Amino acid sequence: MSFFGFGQSAEIDIILDGAATRRTAEVKTEDGKKERLFLFFDGESLSGKVNITLKRPGYKLEHQGIKIEFLGQIELYYDRGNQHEFTSLVKELARPGELHHNTSYDFDFNQVEKPYEVYTGTNVKLRYFLRVTVVRRLTDIVKEVDLAVHTLSSYPEMNSSIKMEVGIEDSLHIEFEYNKSKYHLKDVIVGKIYFLLVRIKIRHMEIAIIRRETTGSGPNVFNENETIAKYEIMDGSPVRGESIPIRVFLAGYDLTPTMRDINKKFSVRYYLNLVLVDEEERRYFKQQEITLWRKGDRIRKSLQMAPVPVTTPTNGESDQLQAFEKIPTPVSEEASLEDSPTEEPAPNPAPSEDIPRVESYAEGVPTEDA
Amino acid sequence: MSKGRCFIDQIMDNTEATRRLHTKKQTLDDAYAAPANFLEIDVINPITHGVAKKRYTDYEVRMRTNLPVFKIKESSVRRRYSDFEWLRSELERDSKIVVPPLPGKAIKRQLPFRNDDGIYDEDFIEDRRKSLEGFVNKIAGHPLAQNERCLHMFLQEPVIDKNYVPGKIRPN
Repeated sequence: MSFFGFGQSAEIDIILDGAATRRTAEVKTEDGKKERLFLFFDGESLSGKVNITLKRPGYKLEHQGIKIEFLGQIELYYDRGNQHEFTSLVKELARPGELHHNTSYDFDFNQVEKPYEVYTGTNVKLRYFLRVTVVRRLTDIVKEVDLAVHTLSSYPEMNSSIKMEVGIEDSLHIEFEYNKSKYHLKDVIVGKIYFLLVRIKIRHMEIAIIRRETTGSGPNVFNENETIAKYEIMDGSPVRGESIPIRVFLAGYDLTPTMRDINKKFSVRYYLNLVLVDEEERRYFKQQEITLWRKGDRIRKSLQMAPVPVTTPTNGESDQLQAFEKIPTPVSEEASLEDSPTEEPAPNPAPSEDIPRVESYAEGVPTEDA
Repeated sequence: MSKGRCFIDQIMDNTEATRRLHTKKQTLDDAYAAPANFLEIDVINPITHGVAKKRYTDYEVRMRTNLPVFKIKESSVRRRYSDFEWLRSELERDSKIVVPPLPGKAIKRQLPFRNDDGIYDEDFIEDRRKSLEGFVNKIAGHPLAQNERCLHMFLQEPVIDKNYVPGKIRPN
């Protein structure tokens, strides 16, 4: 009971084992700031102590039980009431009773599955946290500690380049090429744009990385597009036969791995958007999806790296392009570049496999190579 | 450092991963040929014809181009404001583009009792000329309007035949 300052209350602290040596990762908060959280991987155990400190020494704390939970949760911002828990473990620390002095409880969640990476986005958030609850008749005492989780993958066996000829008939034909279709987060995109036909007056060309976050399903699908990076790769008017090189260093940008249909709730996908702008401010663009994956920094040689087959959309889905789109302002217009009718499907193979996921760690944090 | 691989091997691997892609060499012909996007359209020489109430102003529309879609590479025709209006309405109906606006009709300027020359005022004609020039350049360079028959007739036929058959021009 805690009315008007009377009664007993307590502070809860959760101390993780190995906190001194555990790596941390920066995770965005909803208001855009970043916080440092302890970093865990799939399969790692979670153990430590829960310290309960009584606020008023000498008085007892009555409770209906003390428990600790490990929770993985997806929260859609437009549906705050319904948080979806995709993983939930609980351990009872104390049966209903009384605490007369500060008490400490050990906990150990063994080899916990953490199937997804944490993500804080525009309309959705995925988080993992430990929650300790001291259950009482009127108000529980609750403490939550958020954790970071990263999903690691290994170099994909198949990583074909993306090469395509696109354009608008009789006006502009280009062939673009990117050296891979799957990039890790510290990778470099190396590519080129080759001009086959230039009958429009181009002023400049730029490339952008777009993140598309998709939430909801059926008729209520929300797509949030965010431009992560944009820069100019060509200034001036090219002629037939010119090649423009592209080099984009991904490490400098705030990127996450590609997330497809996470627990059937949301997806996060990345696109390269190539845009040409002509003298009359008309924009011609070609968007191409790339797959991003997270590489482990230090990999134990003994780990299995079996590919996890997941259905992956092929590059073919973006070969179908719409014709001109009308946009409201008469001044600038966007045109998506259609594929040349004579084009044979570029050397993109049929369904490429997904990035092989690194299987769960047997124990502990990745170690240094000797 | 990884076991079993020397330092040089690691460096070579890294440069291989980020090496520039192979590019086709551009021929000297392509590099130094005239650009394939040459298109210049000027709206110039406004002339007011007639007297008193039966006056009208027209402009020379001069085009020079090497685009294959235009049969005639150099042309010069005279057009008046209502011709531009006709072109705009044809394009709005037939083409998929968002057609840019024309300069205003200036109805107020056509009312009596003005201090200036109304629609025959020099400054007004100059403003209108510039605006019409911007208008026609925007359309003629647009890949999805370039092949409209109404545009070609506007730019290259001495007289606009309002009973023409609308449609698209195919190159060749």
